[in-house]
Amino acid sequence: MRPVYMISGGITKFAKAHPEKDFRLMVKEAFDYAMADVPALDRREIDGSVCSYFSDHFTRQLKAGAMVQDYLGLCSKPSRRVEGGGATGGLSFQSGWEAVASGRMDVCLVMGFETMSRVNTWKGNEFIALASDTNFDFPVGGFYTGYYAMMVRRHMHEFGTTVEQMAKVAVKNHANALHNPYAQSPARLTIDDVRSAPMVATPLTILDCCQMSDGAAVTILASEEAASRLGAAPVLISGVGSGTDAMRMADRPHGKVPLLPHENEADYAHLKYPGVHSFRGGRSAAALAYRMAGISDPLRELDFVELHDAYTSSEIQTYEDLGLCRYGEGGSFVDAGAPFMPNIDYGLEFSGENRWPRIPVNPSGGLLACGHPVGATGLMQAIFAFWQLQGTIEKHLGDATLQLPEPKRGLIHSHAGTGTYITVSILEGV
Amino acid sequence: MNKNAKLPETEDGTALFNLDPIIIKYHYEIEYLHSYAQDSPFFAGLAKGRLLGSRCGACSYTYATPRSHCMECGGATEWVELPQRGRIHTFTTCHFGGEAFLKETPFTLILVEFDGVDTLFLSRLIGAEPDEAAIGMPVRARFVRNSKFKPTDVYFVPA
Ligand SMILES: [Zn+2]
Repeated sequence: MRPVYMISGGITKFAKAHPEKDFRLMVKEAFDYAMADVPALDRREIDGSVCSYFSDHFTRQLKAGAMVQDYLGLCSKPSRRVEGGGATGGLSFQSGWEAVASGRMDVCLVMGFETMSRVNTWKGNEFIALASDTNFDFPVGGFYTGYYAMMVRRHMHEFGTTVEQMAKVAVKNHANALHNPYAQSPARLTIDDVRSAPMVATPLTILDCCQMSDGAAVTILASEEAASRLGAAPVLISGVGSGTDAMRMADRPHGKVPLLPHENEADYAHLKYPGVHSFRGGRSAAALAYRMAGISDPLRELDFVELHDAYTSSEIQTYEDLGLCRYGEGGSFVDAGAPFMPNIDYGLEFSGENRWPRIPVNPSGGLLACGHPVGATGLMQAIFAFWQLQGTIEKHLGDATLQLPEPKRGLIHSHAGTGTYITVSILEGV
Repeated sequence: MNKNAKLPETEDGTALFNLDPIIIKYHYEIEYLHSYAQDSPFFAGLAKGRLLGSRCGACSYTYATPRSHCMECGGATEWVELPQRGRIHTFTTCHFGGEAFLKETPFTLILVEFDGVDTLFLSRLIGAEPDEAAIGMPVRARFVRNSKFKPTDVYFVPA
């Protein structure tokens, strides 16, 4: 394997609906933006592509990826579609990484989209719920918010996590997004706003959940030779990992925690894992990515995280899977203010507990505030992480607020189903 | 040859939602022939008021939601009858849902745990108000009389 770099990214605004643009045109806009950011890069230099989109139902078009390839003028180069539910973007990003790492391509385009506005919200929820077992799960009342509600109910039972801690995640991510013009639903919220919003599935209100979106995003990956020849300001992809779990959450085992290097077996003497309170695939993805990137203490060796916060609850669960805090500490981690931006006033008081250094999580606003056009989402995270590490947030967002001071290393995390596919990739400034 | 040939036209209209861009309504419906295949005995069991799970012949791991091969060791499983009493492992009341279930809201989903069984079972809880459901609460299986051959042929009530 050889080193792989991200050399550019482009994204459309995520919005409830973009009826004036189909998926091809949205990807084209993101692609043109990414190409313009590396002027020396000519379309002829692109050796092939990976296309990232989740549901054929949303487009009512099979092989939509082939239509994007042709619309961008990339025929007859190689292309493939990658699909893995909510983790489609993260899996596609890693598929592009593999194409370059293996030497098969020098420059690989990874392009993602989803147009979820073409059906009503409840039909959309039904399409998404079809990504649960259609023999045993979907017919009982298939609804992803319901599944996540059951998982966090168990997290609350095991660890004492509270709905107020979850609400603080919504406050954080929506406030961060006030400085991100690409985000669908930036807002200044209070804990009360989140708790008094319409209940979707107890205990999750509508503000605990991300929204459906239309949007597209592309990333361009390159070998070291191509990156330096093209005069890009590259970012190294220093680690990739992924993991899986049983499709039905009812089938999850109740066993032992796979430990990260900084953890001890004694930390989890009485914890039955993963049960339905944690994501074993996320732990597996993190362990593999950390090993490749040489990370032994993620909290101190990462400067920020862009993770898959489809729900406020899953952001808290994911802190633990990634080893930012121990299992069970996710709620206290929020109370302490650890995942908040240091320079933004959230109108919240933090607990003062200083066990954890600040590590901004979802500085972009995450899925909760940016939206979740599924195939574009995992790439959106890569793009915001890339701009952070390049130090170009102000250039691309027109606002310097979200730029962290000289970040060295960031983590992106993409997540499907009730944790069935999960990817973690580590990006580093060079 | 007819140089004035004309396509016969119909009176069908198109539901037009918007003019710029043009947005039309397109109906999309599929009738599936969905085979339960190796899971079929579970659904046949529900029709007879029996709740069937699987036990691995090699490692004895026992599944509340059946599967014909073991996730732990790959061995073939046998059908076993589950106890019809268990406890709520976790729960939620859904006030919204996918389109197919919207008209049934609010409904309460539970994962049921059974003594001597290693995995859980997803079902609905009937006969308890949302705020009466609790983790650890004993529940009992009931079966619909007119089997629909769906997992909702079984549901749980407070025991
Ligand atoms: Zn076995």
